Amino acid sequence: MSNTSEATRQPIDFASFPDARGHFGKYGGQFVPETLMAPLRELAEAYARYREDPEFVAEFQSDCKDFVGRPSPLYLAARWTRETGGARIYLKREDLNHTGAHKVNNTIGQALLAKRMGKTRVIAETGAGQHGVATATVAARLGLECVVYMGADDIQRQAPNVYRMRLLGAEVVPVTSGSRTLKDALNEAMRDWVAHVDDTFYIIGTVAGPHPYPMMVRDFQSIIGRETREQMLAVEGRLPDALVACVGGGSNAIGLFHPFLGDESVSLYGVEAGGHGIATGEHAAPLSAGRPGVLHGNRTYLMEDDNGQIIGTHSVSAGLDYPGVGPEHAWLKDINRAVYTSVTDDEAMKAFHALTRTEGIIPALETAHALAYAEKLARELGPDRCLVVNLSGRGDKDIQTVAEREGIEL
Amino acid sequence: MSRLAERFRNLQHQGRTALIPYVTAGDPEPGFTVPLMHAMVASGADVLELGVPFSDPIGDGPVIQQACERALRHGTGIRDVLGMVRRFREQDAETPVVLMGYMNPVEIMGYAAFAREALESGVDGALIVDMPPEEMAEVAEYLEGEGLDSIFLVAPTTTEERMQLICDKARGFVYYVSVKGVTGGDGGLDVEAVGGRVQRLRSMTGLPVGVGFGISDADMAARMGAVADAVIVGSALVRRIEANQGDAERARCEITTLVADMRRALDAGTVPA
Repeated sequence: MSNTSEATRQPIDFASFPDARGHFGKYGGQFVPETLMAPLRELAEAYARYREDPEFVAEFQSDCKDFVGRPSPLYLAARWTRETGGARIYLKREDLNHTGAHKVNNTIGQALLAKRMGKTRVIAETGAGQHGVATATVAARLGLECVVYMGADDIQRQAPNVYRMRLLGAEVVPVTSGSRTLKDALNEAMRDWVAHVDDTFYIIGTVAGPHPYPMMVRDFQSIIGRETREQMLAVEGRLPDALVACVGGGSNAIGLFHPFLGDESVSLYGVEAGGHGIATGEHAAPLSAGRPGVLHGNRTYLMEDDNGQIIGTHSVSAGLDYPGVGPEHAWLKDINRAVYTSVTDDEAMKAFHALTRTEGIIPALETAHALAYAEKLARELGPDRCLVVNLSGRGDKDIQTVAEREGIEL
Repeated sequence: MSRLAERFRNLQHQGRTALIPYVTAGDPEPGFTVPLMHAMVASGADVLELGVPFSDPIGDGPVIQQACERALRHGTGIRDVLGMVRRFREQDAETPVVLMGYMNPVEIMGYAAFAREALESGVDGALIVDMPPEEMAEVAEYLEGEGLDSIFLVAPTTTEERMQLICDKARGFVYYVSVKGVTGGDGGLDVEAVGGRVQRLRSMTGLPVGVGFGISDADMAARMGAVADAVIVGSALVRRIEANQGDAERARCEITTLVADMRRALDAGTVPA
């Protein structure tokens, strides 16, 4: 895979990635302890079978419609567009999904797969708690035992979601190793899976992890981009000029981007968490300031030191507080198909308030990163253009964090 | 002949099972490791396995995770570990040393540099826990080029087809994981089932087969030793470091006592060829 302009002029068949062993160029793959190689193969085979199975596809679609409430609206943020004074900004309203974020698209797909594979127990990792809640929700509905691993520090910052998961019948296990955040929750879930491969299905919440997860999660989330494409053609009569999404692991971004990868006229912008600023080193932006390495079963861009140790990340948003990123994003960066940038905690907070005040929509702090960049981009593009921001989640879970930052006691 | 092959050949002639203790390099502090390596050899270790500390050891249970965290507090990196092997070699040119660790530190150092410096330091082989044979082509080229052995895990979940693939790529010895789980599990070892799998592996390779994960005392070491060519003991030793923080002498003493107990139990349980 080359990132020269020569190569990008040749049309790439994006649907043919990853290869059979999960590689996107040099990224992806299956870097796991031997015990997991057999269950990963079993999973890849089951997924290959069911993704083509009309009954499975029909059940996924009907759940997306009747349980999640899809299609999610594509909403023209007219007042915010006017105040910004640039391109028309559309919001893909994943915040209106059942459980309040895009995460449920994927947990429905994986839980249906788990059920068909005869697994009786599902496990998950969670950062902000959105994926944990989405997993606990589908587990409750399908009658599956559910264990969610969550960093002890994240449990502190996301108490309402912890209680939601427990109400739904899930066991929430605090992870006290390492940095006590999302990456450590992922480690712990992997260890659980190694020990319980016979009856357990690991529902990974993002487009990271070993093959087939980055591909499978992408496929389930691509419903976002497919709907957006149809909706844009219906309201604007053309494709958008740009798509903007926040990137932690990158599942909402790849879900929006993927159906547009072959459309050269559509620019793609992934927005990482700049934390206190890239220059301070206190951020969670591996694509902007990291380098390639191997973590959590795949090769991708990572935040790491010169000894190959994963270093601590910082973001105001627990859901973006992850030192790696999905391997397909790493590849899209290298081949220059998508642009990855970052915004700071402060910029995200500003956008959080701007959207809340001008549109009556309280966005998740993760999403606020995409909104902050969209504002800049809309001005650059000018009034004749249009862009879509993935409004990946609602912000109710974050009001405590916002209040604390602003010195307000609730 | 590699140091590992020679050591295993001699043991086989004596009808003895190899004892392979594991400790995480730099735990609890950098100065502890090299003297401990010598002490373990004096207590009956045949091969040493040295863990390269990593921030995210997904194949390890809490005992070795915490060992990694203690080592990383002093910043022990992969080059420091190679330095420890080099110092060990100043006094011991015979005992094979195998590194056990994860892919990312090797990836950052660079495969060629790792293979070259490992060889120069006196390392004999490497077991990279999250590098299955499917992903190893490039690394293996460099390791083999320097004459280092690539050691692979075989797990209870490994299919027959993969067992053959692993046996074809493996050098030094094959490491059979005795439980579905991470390192340091307690009990629940099924010696008969492990023995059956070891036999199957022996029909596929001429390499020695070692067994590890969850071997916590001399009795279990002897029972596993009766069905395998080597037993690997890690968390049981590292627990002695954890339990005696601040008292290095006592930690070393308890580790060497356990190694010696296991050595006696293994030798008592084996019938000379």
